[in-house]
Amino acid sequence: MSAIKLTIDGRPVEVEPGTTILEAARKLGIDIPTFCHDPELAPNGACRICVVEVERARALVASCCAPVAPDMVVHTESERVVKARKAILRLILANHPLDCITCEKTGQCKLQDYCYRYGISESDFEGEVKELPLDDTNPFYIRDMNKCILCGRCVGRCQEINGAGAIDFIGRGFSTIVGPAFGDPIEESSCVFCGMCVDVCPVGALIPKAGVGKGRPWEVEKVKTICPYCGTGCSIYLHVKDGRIIGASPDFEGPVNRGHLCSKGRFGWDFVHSEERLTRPLIKKDGVFVEASWDEALDLVAEKVRDLLNRYGPDSLMGLSSAKTSNEDNYLFQKLMRSLGTNNVDHCARL
Amino acid sequence: MTNSIGEIPGAGAILIIGSNTSETHPVISYRVREAVQNGAALIVADPRVTEMAKLADYHLRLRPGTDVALLNGLMHIIIAEDLLDVDFIEKRTEGFEKLKEKVAEYTPERVSEITGVAVSDLRAAARAYAAAESAAILYTMGITQHTTGTDNVLSVANLAMLTGNMGKPSAGVNPLRGQNNVQGACDMGALPNVYTGYQKVGDPQVQEKFSKAWGVPLSDKPGLTVTKSMDAIFDGRIKGMLIMGENPILSEANANHAGEALERLEFLVVQDIFMTETAAYADVVLPAASYAEQLGSYTNTERRVQLSCPAVPPPGEARADWEILTDLAKRLGLDWSYSGSEAIFNEMASLTPSYAGMSYSRLADEKSLQWPCPDSKHPGTPYLHVGKFSRGLGQFTPVDYKPPAELPDGEYPFVLSTGRHIFHYHTGTMTRRSVPLEQHRPEEFVEIHPEDAAKLGLAEGDPAQISSRRGEVVARVTLTERVKPGHVFMTFHYHEAAANLLTNDALCPVAATPEFKVCAVNVRKAG
Amino acid sequence: MYEKHLMICGATGCLSSGSAKVQQALEDELAKRGLKEKFRLVMSGCPGFCEVGPIIVIYPDEVFYCRLKPGDIPELVEKHLLGGEVIERLLYKGPDVDAPARFYDTIPFYQKQKFNVLHNSGIIDPENIDEYIMRGGYRAFSRALKMEPMEVINEVKKSGLRGRGGAGFPTGLKWEFTYRAAGDKKYVVCNADEGDPGAFMDRSILEGDPHAVLEGMLIAARAIGSDEGYIYCRAEYPLAIKRLKTAIAQAEEYGLVGENILGYGVNFKFNIKEGAGAFVCGEETALLASIEGKRGMPRPRPPFPANSGLWGKPTCINNVETYANIPLIVREGGVEEYVKIGTEGSKGTKVFALAGKIRNTGLCEVPMGITLREIIFDIGGGIKGGREFKAVQAGGPSGGCIPAEQLDLPVDYDSLTQAGAIMGSGGLVVMDDRTCMVDLARYFLSFTQKESCGKCIPCREGTKRMLEILERITEGRGEPDDLDRLQELASSIKDSALCGLGQTCPNPVLSTIRYFRHEYEEHINEKFCRAGVCKPLFEYTIDPELCNGCTRCARICPVKAISGERKETHVIDPEICTRCGSCVERCRQEAIKVTPVRREADVSH
Repeated sequence: MSAIKLTIDGRPVEVEPGTTILEAARKLGIDIPTFCHDPELAPNGACRICVVEVERARALVASCCAPVAPDMVVHTESERVVKARKAILRLILANHPLDCITCEKTGQCKLQDYCYRYGISESDFEGEVKELPLDDTNPFYIRDMNKCILCGRCVGRCQEINGAGAIDFIGRGFSTIVGPAFGDPIEESSCVFCGMCVDVCPVGALIPKAGVGKGRPWEVEKVKTICPYCGTGCSIYLHVKDGRIIGASPDFEGPVNRGHLCSKGRFGWDFVHSEERLTRPLIKKDGVFVEASWDEALDLVAEKVRDLLNRYGPDSLMGLSSAKTSNEDNYLFQKLMRSLGTNNVDHCARL
Repeated sequence: MTNSIGEIPGAGAILIIGSNTSETHPVISYRVREAVQNGAALIVADPRVTEMAKLADYHLRLRPGTDVALLNGLMHIIIAEDLLDVDFIEKRTEGFEKLKEKVAEYTPERVSEITGVAVSDLRAAARAYAAAESAAILYTMGITQHTTGTDNVLSVANLAMLTGNMGKPSAGVNPLRGQNNVQGACDMGALPNVYTGYQKVGDPQVQEKFSKAWGVPLSDKPGLTVTKSMDAIFDGRIKGMLIMGENPILSEANANHAGEALERLEFLVVQDIFMTETAAYADVVLPAASYAEQLGSYTNTERRVQLSCPAVPPPGEARADWEILTDLAKRLGLDWSYSGSEAIFNEMASLTPSYAGMSYSRLADEKSLQWPCPDSKHPGTPYLHVGKFSRGLGQFTPVDYKPPAELPDGEYPFVLSTGRHIFHYHTGTMTRRSVPLEQHRPEEFVEIHPEDAAKLGLAEGDPAQISSRRGEVVARVTLTERVKPGHVFMTFHYHEAAANLLTNDALCPVAATPEFKVCAVNVRKAG
Repeated sequence: MYEKHLMICGATGCLSSGSAKVQQALEDELAKRGLKEKFRLVMSGCPGFCEVGPIIVIYPDEVFYCRLKPGDIPELVEKHLLGGEVIERLLYKGPDVDAPARFYDTIPFYQKQKFNVLHNSGIIDPENIDEYIMRGGYRAFSRALKMEPMEVINEVKKSGLRGRGGAGFPTGLKWEFTYRAAGDKKYVVCNADEGDPGAFMDRSILEGDPHAVLEGMLIAARAIGSDEGYIYCRAEYPLAIKRLKTAIAQAEEYGLVGENILGYGVNFKFNIKEGAGAFVCGEETALLASIEGKRGMPRPRPPFPANSGLWGKPTCINNVETYANIPLIVREGGVEEYVKIGTEGSKGTKVFALAGKIRNTGLCEVPMGITLREIIFDIGGGIKGGREFKAVQAGGPSGGCIPAEQLDLPVDYDSLTQAGAIMGSGGLVVMDDRTCMVDLARYFLSFTQKESCGKCIPCREGTKRMLEILERITEGRGEPDDLDRLQELASSIKDSALCGLGQTCPNPVLSTIRYFRHEYEEHINEKFCRAGVCKPLFEYTIDPELCNGCTRCARICPVKAISGERKETHVIDPEICTRCGSCVERCRQEAIKVTPVRREADVSH
């Protein structure tokens, strides 16, 4: 099929059939706000913040779901569009805590960003606001449904990608919330704590517990690592502040994981700072480990190894390398064993 | 894996055999789910009702250890119903007639008898797998951790070749490897019979190449595997051991045996990040940096090499593994000097054809590369065996079903299988020191069928004593129909209830993998 | 052979006014007298005139008895069945007739109706397929089987039929899209999730003539190439579901459903999915999600169900009445007859449910183009109790109100839309001068807010804020700029909500503001409710002439707003009074007066 030509904000663009208006606009570098849009999920169209004006269309159109059509003329920031976006933001703010000062999400909150962009500082609607208890029954993340704007990305990730199906929309109308069946705490649901919901929440409704109070998003350095657990090879950013890891997030461009993770990769990094980490070489003396210097320890190892080599030959030594350490470490380890004259080197591939 | 993770969503059919994918490789299970959403037929062969089994179109709930019979049965149906890829078999393989003869013995009725899977399910699954344009097989330790592990793997390969599912995208034979760098450790020659890139230690040319590059004489005699080395300690052949980042006490089958072995060593040095159960036996313990504290490359299950960067400094005096090894090598008179991990990688790549085209700068720029990547212009290889296998023609290997080494009897009436759950990892060295993971799942729960539990007077959460000919543990039970009556399941994450005190160290004669998936145990109410 | 056929209305309306007891009494009476072989008793579908139920129509005598009680039965059997005498007191009487009316042709309620879709309703036994077939049933399907799919679709297109579910999309076009959509598996879905308050057109069709709906779906299946269909019916319609099940079983037995239908090599299977009563499941994409076992929430369109519907397959979804029209169109010579009825842009008939303050509540089928006045006054008999007509709400919560000035509006899709209402599924709720239009808007908005699926922000949060403003106004706390706020919110919701329900839910507010702005202004500025509905705007006073000082009112008052010594006149403090009304009920002297009070416009805001 041939490309479709359309005009967005007066600029012509050509895209493949089936492209959404949002994608076409992004191709032009036009930034249309979105809350619920998730390229990994089926089109949702819930939040409506991405509405644009399409000439000759009856109502505004959700750009994240609407496919382009030939000769379409789109306005992404027309007066009518801005009016609708402002109305949506005011409606959200009317039912959203304004505790941005202490909110963990401050600085990477889409609601904040868009309110700033459209100059909405408070809502002029007075009325009922949600007053729901925090769900922090699990050790992984806090669910503050008062901050939830019901964009549904968490629900989509849980159902479509993970498949756990732990959460869905429950209730109707204004009382609609996202949660496990029967309003159970998340700890008692089928949640497997992959944290993919946390990673896509546009506001502060889902906050990883480990990082609470430990640092602001702009203070954090994100370092790319490869997950130390199974063999999938997920790419993960560790969030570092002052030499300590305070959080993690998936690499959305990760060649394997595309922004997806499991509970271990997402939340299981804190062993790095365990109190039980070994920090000094230890030498066993009379059945008890005693701290030693590196020189002492390595000299002792070298001496013992030489002694065994002399007495029994190289094949009296066995080396167990590691499926957990890097290629470089494994290479050196087998090089060491083989350089000592033995091929007795293996690791736990079979276990 | 012959193919790539990213190709899974494009498969027309997926056979998962012996893999609890959603718990052991969750992110790969997301790709399987994606494939199912795209319309793929999913066949899961597993004795347990795993999450993947629930998602499956066909769940073949075979008896533990009957994989060869099942696979032969599927092949029998595919041949009988003429669903095979004749063109592929003719052009790309040899030994078909012998395979045909062998699987002819495995009629659906006989296979149903052995495996406990209904004939109609066998037929439906065989048809669904064979009908797909491209069908992928995913397997894990449920295939390899048997005394017939190698037979199982050969059968899987037979099935894939029979239907021409090799050398094309979204197909293939795909072992999902269990550790972040188990593929890399193998690639790097941390194996007793090969150097890097599977270059044989017995090959004189290879030996000469490495000897020259390293400036030392090298042995051409293959070494011992880890499983065999334990026996070698007992018979006095092994006197000293260097262990880097491994915990064989918990991971070896018949762990008591492994513990006794380590005690007999004259000298044991363990380099690790924690005082593991194994390190406790050591004479010297060396504190190493964790993955988050050192730069290095890792190779995942689909042969993809990626760089991992240091995020934080190592605690105290802990040092990067390569630094420790270099220092030790120098003290042992070896002329080693590396400026850092990149220099090591470059030396390795220069000696390893499948990694020859890789470098740190390419890995940084291109995010990752899949081997084989023979030169610096090569884009890497997402799927293997296009047009030809490494040995030339693909070899069909007829295999007969053999029962597991230890079957239940009056004294030990249950079959125990071991594996993982989603919240912990391997022996728990890391995850059990992760606050949220440990808080969420602090202890073992042995899976037992409610009918069995009722007979034994066990209620949900009751402590039970699980015993085998090799040892016993106490753990609480969970009543679930995930397992069939007569079958119990434990993880090996918990040292408090170390499942490997029970498991059978009977090995696969070829691969030396212990039979973790089947051993006979008794269960009774504890205390 | 039966001497007479007694059609007793077994539809929900008459059942609720006691037709089951009447039927039992008749059954017993006939049994007692050994007359069961002589007179055939049929629980028929709805003849429409619910106001006067329970109804029995006797053929071949052509006698219409109404408002029956079990006690009337012995007389009916004795005098009429055995004696051949028409019982005058049980005939229809009313201000619109001079003498008791004997049959449909003389009852004014039926005069302007045109029975097309309802032509079997009340005439046949809905649980007997033979009766449907005898009246020409399944001939259109049989004809369709011999036609090419596009021939069938072209006939539907030619008929000008538009969807009867609300939006009025041309049915033939929808079918053509589904027919042309790529895919082997396609579905036909019937939307029987009738949820508008006061609407029961679809229920009556399903209860009275279920085979017509099945036949319409079978023809649709033939046209688009589908072998499986779903009827999504609300679980609150147990009788409709039972009759559908019976009808499907009979059609299967006759080879009209199942494999190799009538030897043409085509297959079709019906499934019934019972809905759990969510209003939003009437929206087609939410309905499909619900069939799939998901929470009923709309999804964006495109893709339209015609291309990607149930489980992602091309799906033809129409409502009950639309399908019931199909056999009339596809039968031999049907299109030619069909297009004779209706207006240029709206062909055929429409079934309406008459509810509210109208004298003749019930169901009527009228030709498109008839005026609202004719429906409300000629068929509906005008306003109950002879009060004044104020407005009619057309189209349920998505529709709008139409005032007296517009009564001569012709009923067709385009005119109603222009007037700010919609055709909708056909609910007409009539209001008299005692209906407060602000309260009406508040009612519909509280309905849509409660039934909002919660997915999109404009509908979920916007209707909540609109509702709060309306509540404030009806409680006397309205502010001068509330009308602007309402209109601004309404326009934002209309412009940006996700689904049809969300986009139309401000209509009741917008149309009442359009036609009854003064009532809003009175509520806001003068704290006055002319209809006397908005309680908080009333003043409660005690008439000193009537008060005997019994203290009952003072004792019941929950906020101690009433004071006064025993045996002396009591007084209510309007500042404390919450207008709960307890005192009014308590007073034996009827001394407490409740009066709407017009206050001077407060301009201090």
